[in-house]
Formats: sequence, C-alpha cells, structure tokens
Amino acid sequence: MRVMAQMGMVMNLDKCIGCHTCSVTCKQAWTNRTGVEYVWFNNVETRPGQGYPRTYEDQEKWKGGWVVGRNGKLTLRTGSRLKRLLQIFSSPKLPSIQEYYEPWTYDYETLTNAPVQEHTPVAQPRSLLSNEPMKVEWSANWDDNLGGAPELTQQDPVLQKISAEIKEKFEQTYMFYLPRICEHCINPSCAASCPSGAIYKREEDGIVLVDQDRCRGWRQCVTGCPYKKVYFNHRTGKAEKCTFCFPRVEVGIPTVCSETCVGRLRYIGIILYDADRVLEAASTPDEQDLYMAQRSIILDPHDPEVIRAAEKAGISRDWIESAQRSPIYSLITRFEVALPLHPEYRTMPMVWYIPPLSPVVDALTETGHDGEDAGNIFGAIESLRIPVEYLAELFAAGDTNLVTGVLKKLGAMRAYMRDLNLGRPADESIAAAVGMTGQEIQDMHRLLAIAKYDERYVIPTAHAEQGPEMEEFDTGCSLDYDGGPGMGGWGPFGETSGGSTPIAVENFHMLAARQTTDTLSAPPDKNQRVNLLNWDGKGAPEGLFPPKGDGGGVGPDSPSVTEPKP
Amino acid sequence: MNTAEILLWVVLPYVSLAIFIGGHIWRYRYDKFGWTTRSSQLYERRLLRWASPLFHFGILFVLIGHVMGLGIPKSWTDAVGLTPEAYHALAVGVGAIAGIGTVVGMAVLIYRRRTVGPVFSATTNNDKLMYAVLAVTIVLGMSNTVLGVLGLEGEHVDYRETVSPWFRSIFYFNPQPELMTEAGLGFQLHALSALVLFAIWPFTRLVHVFSAPLGYFTRPYIVYRSRDRQLGNRPTARGWERVGGGRR
Ligand code: HEM
Ligand code: SF4
Ligand code: SF4
Repeated sequence: MRVMAQMGMVMNLDKCIGCHTCSVTCKQAWTNRTGVEYVWFNNVETRPGQGYPRTYEDQEKWKGGWVVGRNGKLTLRTGSRLKRLLQIFSSPKLPSIQEYYEPWTYDYETLTNAPVQEHTPVAQPRSLLSNEPMKVEWSANWDDNLGGAPELTQQDPVLQKISAEIKEKFEQTYMFYLPRICEHCINPSCAASCPSGAIYKREEDGIVLVDQDRCRGWRQCVTGCPYKKVYFNHRTGKAEKCTFCFPRVEVGIPTVCSETCVGRLRYIGIILYDADRVLEAASTPDEQDLYMAQRSIILDPHDPEVIRAAEKAGISRDWIESAQRSPIYSLITRFEVALPLHPEYRTMPMVWYIPPLSPVVDALTETGHDGEDAGNIFGAIESLRIPVEYLAELFAAGDTNLVTGVLKKLGAMRAYMRDLNLGRPADESIAAAVGMTGQEIQDMHRLLAIAKYDERYVIPTAHAEQGPEMEEFDTGCSLDYDGGPGMGGWGPFGETSGGSTPIAVENFHMLAARQTTDTLSAPPDKNQRVNLLNWDGKGAPEGLFPPKGDGGGVGPDSPSVTEPKP
Repeated sequence: MNTAEILLWVVLPYVSLAIFIGGHIWRYRYDKFGWTTRSSQLYERRLLRWASPLFHFGILFVLIGHVMGLGIPKSWTDAVGLTPEAYHALAVGVGAIAGIGTVVGMAVLIYRRRTVGPVFSATTNNDKLMYAVLAVTIVLGMSNTVLGVLGLEGEHVDYRETVSPWFRSIFYFNPQPELMTEAGLGFQLHALSALVLFAIWPFTRLVHVFSAPLGYFTRPYIVYRSRDRQLGNRPTARGWERVGGGRR
C-alpha cells in the first residue's frame, strides 16, 4: 500500500442554477489574456447539449482517454507511443478553433464616431484571431438553456447513445446544468500523452499541472484528455489547464469557482488512495465496474492501518485529519451519492457529481402528485426512464441501477426531512428503504442542504515550514523577483519569452500588458476598444470615449496589419 | 587564397558555429518559456494536415543525407565496396524524393502562412526571416542536385571531394578554405546561406528541433513531481535552502 493524498471536488447538480458565475470569475482570474481568449477552465454546459468543445464526449471521433486492449493492457486510445510521435507534425485529432469557437470582440468605434443617421449604428463583431469582420456562429455556450434545440441537442454524443424514442422527447422533458473543470485525474491521460513529460501530478495533493518551461507545444495532451480540459495557448504555443487554483488551496482557501458559486454547491476536500492499485483499477475490463474499482482504491482515513501507512508515506497529521473530515470522502464513500463523470474514460477523474433529482420532482408536481412523497418519488424514478438513462451515460458508464440508487437516496432525504420539518415523527422506513439510518440522512442533509462553509471546504494548507519557499504569500515585494517586471520587463522575444513568472504577478502584469499592447487583442485603434470585464467600476473605463479633439483614428474601413508579439 | 575567402570559409563558419552553440545554451537558460513549436494547428488544420508531415519527413531525410554526404569520407564508402555510381544513384534517388517532399511541403506551409488570416496574424517578423533564410537554403540545395542530375552545372564538381572535406576540416580545427573555392557557385551559395541559417537558428522557432521528444519512449506514463522541488520560479532565498536538498 502506497498512500497518496488527492485534492478533489464534488458538485451537487441539484443546486446549479446555470448562472455561469463560476466560469466568469475563473476566466477573470486565469484566462483573461491573449492566446487563451477562447479558453474556459471552468465552463457550464446545458445537458442535453453538445458541450464545449462541441461533441467532446464522442471519443470515437476525438480519441481521448484510455482503453483496455485485447491483451488486457491499458493504453491510450490514440495508440502506441511510437504512433503518436510519428503523427506529431500535425496532430490528427486536435479540435480546431471552430470546435471551441472563434473568439471575437466588437468594433465599438463605430458607435462613437458614426455620422448622424436614421438607424442606430452597430458595433460589428471582429475576430480576435485575424482581426477580420466575422459572423458569430458559435460560442462556448451557444446551446445554453437548450438554445437551438432540438437540432443542436440531437448531436449530443451522450444522447446518441440512448434509445431513439427517448431522444425525441428529451428536451421537452428534462434539462440540467453541468459545470465542468479539469478532473485532476488519478490516472491522467493528458500527462501520459505529453511527449516532453511537462504535465505532472503533484505528489502532495494530486493537482495536475503543466510546467510552462518544459512544454514544447506538441499539443498531444489536448487530444489525450477525454474531457478536453487542456487548452492550447495559441499565442505562447504552450498548453494550459485548470490549476485547481493551487495558490489558493495551498493556503487553505477554496478555488475561485467554488468560492464564488452562487448555489454553494461545490465541495472540496482530500481523499487518501492507494497509488499501487491505480493501474489495476483503471484496467478493470467491464466499464460498468470502473466506478467500484475507483471506489476501491480510495482508502478509509479512519482505518489505523491506513493512518500508519499514510504517516510512513510522509503525509502529515493535519492532512490525515482533513481526510477524515473530508466532505468529498463522505459524499463518495459514506453516503454514496456522488458519482464520477464518465468513469469509462478510465482516467479516474476526481471531480464527482451528485446527479440532479429536481427535474424528477418537478415532473411529478406538474402531474398533480405530491413531489416530495417518498412513495411517489421512488415510483417516478423507476418510471421516468429518460433522465435516468441519460444520467447513467454521464456518470455510470450506462449503469442505470447506480443512478437510480443515488436518486432514491436524494428522494428519501427530501421525504424524511419534510416530516421532521413539519414536526411530524420521523419515518424510519423511508431511510431503511434506501439502506440508510435516520441519523445518516440527517447528516447528509446537513452537508447537502445546510452546507456550512467550513463543512463544504476542508482544505489542509501546505506546510508552514515551507513558507519561505512559497512565492504566493511571500513577504517580499511581489514584483522584484529575479528578472521580473519590477526588475526590467519581459525577455527580448516579448511577452512570451524569458523565465516564467509567479502566477499572481503574471496575471496582474498580463492584464496591464493586454490593456496597453499594440497587438490583436488591443489593436492600434485600442483607444476605441474597451474591455468592460476589466473595468473596476471607478471612473470612465479607459478608451470608452475617443480622445478629445482628435477625429481621426484607425477605422474599421482602413484595415491595419497588426502583428502579435513576439 | 585571399582575405575574402578566409572570411567566408574560415571565419564565418566558426562564428556561425559559435553562435549556434552559444545561442542555444543561452536561449535554453534564459528563455525556456519561449522554447516551443508555436503550433498553428488550432487556426488551420486542412493544409497543415499533409504539408507539415510532408515537409518534416522530407527535411529529416535530407538531414540524414547531409550527415552521410558531409560526414562520411569518400574513402570509407569506397572501402566497403560502394562504387561512386551506386552511391550517386542512391543519394540522388532518395535525395530527390526527400527534396521534393521538403520543397512542396514548405511551399504549402509558406502559402498557408500568407493566406490564412489567423495564421498570418500570428506570423512574427522572426518567422518571416526564418522562413526566408530556410527557403533560400533549401531551394539552393535542391537546385544544386537538380542541375547536377541534368548535367547543367558547367564543369562537374564532386561535392564529396570539395564541400565535404571542407566541412569536416572545420571540425578538425584544420580548416581548408581552398577546397570551397573549387566547389562552384551553386554549392558556395548553398553553404553560405546554411551558415546564416545556423546563426539565426537559436533565436527562431527552429529551436524546437532540439527538443524532439525521444525521452518519451523510456519514461513512465504518469509523471509525479513534488511541490517542494518545483515551487520556484523564484530561487530560494539565501539561508532558507532545505537541509540536504538541492533544488532543481
Ligand atoms: C526532429 C523532429 C521535429 C519535430 C518533432 C518537429 C515538430 C514540429 C511541430 C509539432 C511543429 C508545429 C506544427 C503546427 O502544428 O503548426 C513544427 C513546425 C515547424 N517545424 Fe518542425 N519538427 C522537427 C524538425 C524540424 C526541422 C529539422 C525543421 C527545419 C529545419 C523544422 C521546421 C519547422 C518549421 C519551419 C515549422 C513551422 C511550420 C509552420 O507552421 O509554418 N522542424 N515542427
Ligand atoms: S481532466 Fe484534467 S487531469 Fe484528467 S486528463 Fe483531462 S486535463 Fe488531464
Ligand atoms: S456559479 Fe454555481 S450555480 Fe452558478 S453556474 Fe457555476 S456551479 Fe452553477
């Protein structure tokens, strides 16, 4: 037994209102830069829907993740190492920018300097890649709230897997939101497909990161990840991905997406797992057994033997205690209501989901039944095949029993707690029907419904004795690291050269640079272009109004050749 | 032998070599972050799909050809019983296929760089210079071969008796510039542009050639790294080094 700690997240989908706050705050924190305009480390998809990038779940097409070969060995779906290297000169399965969406901005200048005319002038969309006028035809969230249904939803790869008759009725029946970040997999196929070994898993907390100094832009990881959560920065030529906000979790605060989540539906904690059995678990022959296989490598942090092994592996006492109090461990193992997203990709994802019950309840209520009556709910879950089959494709490799079991627990919780809240005696038979005790149901209710901040997030900090080495909360001036902007700017090849920069400094500086460069993101007529996302609300944002006493400027009709740095 | 010849065939090669080696070391130490293929596949896939492999496989074979042609003395191939005619047929045969692949692939890549909007916007001056020098070198090299095969190059020059020994003499530190003066204009121009190419090489995207990921075959699939070791893009402050711990 080789014990390792893993940071993980659970999202309670019943509570997601699809507000995209998580996406926007994440974008503002991490990808509000040139080169990653099209990148959303956190995105929220409406299901059914194609997702972002389009149809990424169709692994026949995109070849992400692992497969078990005929010899029972685990290999990447793209084939052998040799095959991948032979194809390196142009990656055959890389999604093009159109699969994500071509990023654009608007020609705000026309709004301010159009001559007097009958119709209101419009700001034309312009591509941020080529600076040409473009027609906006797709975005990260084009089919939000079933926009474009049924034509667009029919291409949802998950929907394609379930029966035809169900497909027809789907979007009239059922809809929910699926917020996604990188899964920080225990068996990450992105790392396995990186030829340079630049993607690594941190020994301490399992966070998967890209070493920007070692990445050489082979773009194999984008193909390798079945969730398409590694992105290619087309400006720097390097891969970037969700960092689990490691500068934040290292000091014990939750990720930006979790912290700002309006529904307070995200849980963060650590689990302990047995690293020696990962390969064996990921090679489980039957896809539907993968859920249990992954469960089986998660260790019980209360087991004295596990604790001893963990201590031997150098995991500190406070981390073990955090593992014992971990909300994600409770949701996965004690209450068994959280399920992994697409376990059949065999990457052992570590962002798990509690499937949504609300649509079932809504459907019941609409038909005039009491949607919170245990008997009604159980019956509905059995008979409403549509949501169950779909959820099973997402979270259980098609195993409907698994999803039904979880939904029943959620239903039982509602019915049981309603009795208590109405002052009626608790009906223990409801709890027993789903194999739980009344106390367990109440504990689960506390975690899911009351959801106290310090119960949702149990994040052990990185160690104090490492303090002086941890740049992000160093006591020195954050700009005067060796060769930093405080010491004289970027390298001779422009913004993307020179050594890499501490994250906090980088984002601060990138933002400033972006607002003042002469490049595509801020073209020569940048005086007329505004990024309201960056505006702090004080005063007039720079560039909202044309400079005084100067009618000229570069208009949309005088295309100017611009070049990105470097 | 006059000063110009010494400059061209002794000084320039050493300067170019020094810049090539020193430049790479400097760039690697200073600019690891800028060391990338800067792939443009995200912008455009259709042309790149075949042009890039065509160019790359072509140029890699050309490279092997150069190593053999320049690096292996004629006496060795004679010794193993390879007749000059057989050698020539082999070199021209393989060389022509690889060369045509390289030239066609490169032509399409350059066409793509110019005509596809986003790719053009992402093309830096650095790229333009690199492509100019690379294209001149490749075209000159290719035309030498073509002219040679067609017998159009005037009096026949055997590069294995002129260019190759000169090239090797550079590395023996016993340069023989007089060999190059006999080599004919075509070979001279090709060699000169190649020297310029080597001098700009470390400062362009061509550095990606030296990170060809051969280590991939031997490393385990999943890389684990400790936070401690990689904590820094900032060196540990003096006096705070870990006990017994060397940092990366
Ligand atoms: C030895 C192994 C090599 C590997 C693995 C390699 C790999 C790559 C890759 C992945 C790209 C990016 C293609 C894209 O997606 O846009 C690229 C581009 C390029 N490579 Fe190589 N390369 C190698 C050798 C060479 C050599 C020897 C040369 C020339 C002397 C060369 C010249 C170029 C050029 C000019 C480009 C830019 C193509 C364009 O986008 O216009 N490469 N290479
Ligand atoms: S989800 Fe994250 S860790 Fe898993 S393969 Fe994709 S990028 Fe890697
Ligand atoms: S912030 Fe929370 S509720 Fe809003 S979309 Fe994101 S996950 Fe859902």
